[in-house]
Amino acid sequence: MVTAVLSSGDTAWMLMSTALVMLMTIPGLALFYAGLVKKETVLNTIFLSFSAYAVVSIIWFAYGYPMVFGPDVHGFIGVPGDFFFHNVVESNTLVGSIPTSVYAAYQMTFAAITVALISGAIIGRMKFGAWMLFIPLWATFVYLPVAHWVWGGGWLAQLGVLDWAGGTVVHINSGVAALALILVLKGRKERSLLPHQLGYAIIGAGLLWFGWFGFNAGSALSAGQLAGSAFIVTNTSAAAAMLSWMLIEYLRFGKATMLGAASGIVAGLVAITPAAGFVNIPAAIVIGFVTSLVSYTAISYIKPRLGYDDALDVFGVHGFSGIWGALATGIFASPLINAAGAGLAYGNPAQLGIQAVAVAATFAYSFVATLIIAKVIDLTIGLRVTAEQEVQGLDQALHDESAYHI
Amino acid sequence: MKKIMAIVRPNKLEVIKEALDDIGCSSLTVMEVKGRGRQKGITEVYRGREYAIDLLPKLEIHIVVPDNVASKVVDTIAKAAHTGEIGDGKIFIMNVEQVVRIRTGERDHDAI
Repeated sequence: MVTAVLSSGDTAWMLMSTALVMLMTIPGLALFYAGLVKKETVLNTIFLSFSAYAVVSIIWFAYGYPMVFGPDVHGFIGVPGDFFFHNVVESNTLVGSIPTSVYAAYQMTFAAITVALISGAIIGRMKFGAWMLFIPLWATFVYLPVAHWVWGGGWLAQLGVLDWAGGTVVHINSGVAALALILVLKGRKERSLLPHQLGYAIIGAGLLWFGWFGFNAGSALSAGQLAGSAFIVTNTSAAAAMLSWMLIEYLRFGKATMLGAASGIVAGLVAITPAAGFVNIPAAIVIGFVTSLVSYTAISYIKPRLGYDDALDVFGVHGFSGIWGALATGIFASPLINAAGAGLAYGNPAQLGIQAVAVAATFAYSFVATLIIAKVIDLTIGLRVTAEQEVQGLDQALHDESAYHI
Repeated sequence: MKKIMAIVRPNKLEVIKEALDDIGCSSLTVMEVKGRGRQKGITEVYRGREYAIDLLPKLEIHIVVPDNVASKVVDTIAKAAHTGEIGDGKIFIMNVEQVVRIRTGERDHDAI
């Protein structure tokens, strides 16, 4: 039996990665979304991300961690226990070569950003109290189970799904949840996307790219070759997707846009997330290049056709690119990169089937569970602000604050 | 006394100020405004959707002068602001009833 030994190199990297992923939410995602909304709603938009991070920070250590990573119950969830992390830090255990405390902190940042991602779809029209209630309900009843299925030894893990850093758990999960939530919340009256400060969105995209190295390379849980491999393919996919989105816009409108480039970057990072520790560089180029086509189509053709108000394209980017990335993992996973995974291209077509099951299961569960949570909140305290508040902008209406006093 | 209100291209401000300095009329107020006239708007694209932006940025300059120099000031501004392209702007001349200099309490012609 191999006794786990603490590696200070791995631990140092994982502490850094935890902080990097935190940066993705605060302020990366907050700024990315903030720049895209009207100036009268910018503070509320930022608040959605910050509040998600803070609430999940508490509930993760209050009861969340063991429900993902604790002993498995019928493949569905982990046994609750160790409330408020009782005795966990004190007992000084390891997960692989890093302390449990570091592993748990790292995983917490994933849970937090998954909730925060959803907020992009609901901007401009949701009551703040309703969002504050949504955060713990969704984190508990949707994030914890799905994370357990894929990463905590649950039924999808047992089936052999490959999800390096959360294509299903984070991106499909939040993307589909966003769709379900806005179907209950309904759309804005004014649906134009006129970013009030694209600079914020670009800074946000940059922080997301930077932080994503913690998200993907950190998921190696070690400071070594695999982390390096994940680092490279993460960067490659983002770059390929950015160029791809620019090319699409150039062909469509004759000009590339900075918002398109930033959107491509995020789509590329989403798509490589499930694949980052399994695929090589050519695969990453393909994954990134194709994903912009997928998300661009979702945003420009599917969304207007079906008419749902996914305001900042959470379903369009995280849902669709997450689905493509999860399936692409089943195609391109290379045992030469990571012995743990082989896909269709390496003689294992069954993997693609397993990935499809994981995609479908995550989609179905997240959609239905989120729909129920949204309905419950709507029937109790109500989801939506008044029409006057929506027109006025939420900062003054909900927070008695303005971001700008010129 | 007359108020001269000129709506001009933003990039013409320095030229106009210099020309007004040359005729001895340095005091003015400038506002950033948006408007449309015969100049067509522009199209911007965000996430694959086109938006017609037909309100274009301009500057609105206000100067209050004695009646006898109003015409000279108007000509000076018009010449400095001119390019010949659609979108050069307009000048409006209005009557002013009273003026007060806040610092000293001087009134009307003593205040401009």
